[in-house]
Amino acid sequence: MSIPVEANISLVDKHPADDLLRADRFPHILCPGCGIGTVIHTYVRAIMESGVDPDRHVCVSGIGCSGRAAGYVNVDSYHATHGRALPFALGIALHKPDLVVTVISGDGDLTAIGGNHFIHAARRNINLNVICINNFNYGMTGGQTGPTSPKGARSPTAPDGNQDHPFILPHLAHAIGASFVSRWTVLHVRQFQEAVLRMMEKDGFCFTEVLAPCPTSFGRPNNFAQGLHEMEMYRDRCHIENGVSRMSDLQIDIMDPDWPIIVGNFVDVERGSYGEHA
Amino acid sequence: MDLSRAQVPHGLVHVIAERCKQCDFCISYCPVDVLEYSEDTNSKGHHFPVVAAGKEQACVFCRFCDLICPELAIFTSESQADASDG
Amino acid sequence: MVKLHAARPPPTPRLLSGARFMQGDHACAEGALAAGLDFFAGYPITPSTEVAERLSDRLPAVGGRFVQMEDELGSIAAIIGASAAGARSLTATSGPGFSLMMENIGLAAMMELPIVVVNVQRASPSTGLPTMVGQSDILQARWGSHGDYGVIAYCPDSPQECFDLTFEAFNAADRYRVPVFVLMDEVVGHMAERVVIPEPGILSIRVRKGPRQPPGKEPFLSYAPDDDLVPPIAHAGEGYKVHMTGLTHDERGYPITDAGVHHKLVTRLVDKVRKHADQILMTEEFMLDDADTVLLAIGCTSRSARHAVRMARAQGRHWGLLRPKTVWPFPSDRVRELAASGRVRQFVVPEISLGQLRREVERLTRMPVINITHAGGAMPTPEQILEAVES
Repeated sequence: MSIPVEANISLVDKHPADDLLRADRFPHILCPGCGIGTVIHTYVRAIMESGVDPDRHVCVSGIGCSGRAAGYVNVDSYHATHGRALPFALGIALHKPDLVVTVISGDGDLTAIGGNHFIHAARRNINLNVICINNFNYGMTGGQTGPTSPKGARSPTAPDGNQDHPFILPHLAHAIGASFVSRWTVLHVRQFQEAVLRMMEKDGFCFTEVLAPCPTSFGRPNNFAQGLHEMEMYRDRCHIENGVSRMSDLQIDIMDPDWPIIVGNFVDVERGSYGEHA
Repeated sequence: MDLSRAQVPHGLVHVIAERCKQCDFCISYCPVDVLEYSEDTNSKGHHFPVVAAGKEQACVFCRFCDLICPELAIFTSESQADASDG
Repeated sequence: MVKLHAARPPPTPRLLSGARFMQGDHACAEGALAAGLDFFAGYPITPSTEVAERLSDRLPAVGGRFVQMEDELGSIAAIIGASAAGARSLTATSGPGFSLMMENIGLAAMMELPIVVVNVQRASPSTGLPTMVGQSDILQARWGSHGDYGVIAYCPDSPQECFDLTFEAFNAADRYRVPVFVLMDEVVGHMAERVVIPEPGILSIRVRKGPRQPPGKEPFLSYAPDDDLVPPIAHAGEGYKVHMTGLTHDERGYPITDAGVHHKLVTRLVDKVRKHADQILMTEEFMLDDADTVLLAIGCTSRSARHAVRMARAQGRHWGLLRPKTVWPFPSDRVRELAASGRVRQFVVPEISLGQLRREVERLTRMPVINITHAGGAMPTPEQILEAVES
């Protein structure tokens, strides 16, 4: 079906960010209303504004919907195995320290199957930028419960509601020694981009959790059937509190309509990145 | 009328219709309600954003529709008063 | 004039030329350094730990990077990542760690990122006998990761060969872009013998085949193979904007869900080794010319076998030894040739495994194959070999 020309729009076939995308692979495989595309978009915008030659940027992902990010960005990009994006990226970052290595992956990939690498990469303060896309479930496999799934959330592996306590990812990242910790949502796209830029310019292990809608897998059984519904929830319930005083306040209960979600840049400290004193 | 470039005072809206998946983000979050859905659809059956009738001059070039689009299917450019093709 | 202060010790050279008394694990580390090792990531595990310990000192001193990881899953992923950035990279482990590495060995095979993995085998399964010898990871090395792919595995029989074959392993990994294993065993790893490391300029390091086009113009096809089935490689930071994935991918490296593409890709991964087997294979033949009884043994067991051949010869019997230095690819043609010679009437396979190596011989010949086995912790002695054949 050909696209008709509408009177009030400029129809084009190229986006200004396309040089940093593998544009021949668009439209991407992600669902309508999924927030991962916005994260990819934000990452390439941050590359454009980083002042660092795109040839010196590297993107590494793990497995899952978020793990597809690496396949859409036109920099050297690697789609590693489930949970192993961080050690794979570590190998690149330590062998070529002049590269700006960013890991874009999901909450399940980074903190469940890859949890051990997460805590140790942060402990070592490896010079990596981690964008952890939290969509509260395992989207690619059909919405099963993950390490960030809220208590009570229904899923194919928790038909009566999740009984497990979810991680508070920024709290965890802080506890294990990350040099930079923030949380944003894909609605807070400008602040999120600033956080990604800050990670790119900063040495050491930098971590940003970004909340993103997953209407298809998480949303449908949990009253966020469209991406927009979850975006509206962010708009209604997110409070910006940079440098939050108690990291435990960052707990999220998205099932409770009165529960505030704190977003912001929480930690930005100098620890001396890995191998600096070698 | 030049159908490939519709001029508004502050910003011009450009759409890559084939990428749109009709998530509604750009339409919902436009601060000045510039956008609405097209009547026609792209090859995947999605209605894509167009400038609403009467909103031709309303875009304030905040770029939010661009930044938030998960498909990189929409962006704006700053309009010059005497903008012309090229 | 008298010097009052001792001069600073000279920096250690990368190539420790000369003859030294050295254990196999250390010789292995030196072989890696001689091969231009840039990056080591590992996790301590008996009986391979000495490889890591030596490199923790030696590798940073010559400008390389040593990192002790949180586990073997991380170790293997890190060396694959470093390889993607152009490093000659290594990890060393033993059975339990080798098991943990299996998934990512498949990733290295699929991404065609060269890596070398040393496995100093111990008595297994499970935790087994951590400090004692085993040779029962042979089939795991070939088939351990899910799916079909090609690998190369060397089995040194002495500290000298730990040096020589580890050096060789890096060249083979870079030549064929496959995972390469150095399958040592605890006896070889911990025994100390004279090791001679050549003077500079003797050993030649193979350089990875790089792109024949400048970066930035035409898209670089990371997986368009040359006639030798091996594609040129571009590394992170070189400007080629590569994409590598464990998913089935096209020549650009992009994921593609297509059975035909998958078949072609995986067949090539296997054929890279299969079709170059004659160039990769390394064997030693000892008194084989007139042998009617062929012993086939690897690693430390081949030392017992060699002695058994000498003892049998002293009794006037016509024994010989075929020792695969590469257990993968296996010297199948040579075994078939011996079986068809009309002279050979039996094969004898001593091993520290309950028959893994025997299977390889049995599938190549219908002749009797006498298997002298031990499950691990001890190795067949020459006397046991002689006795088993006599009975």
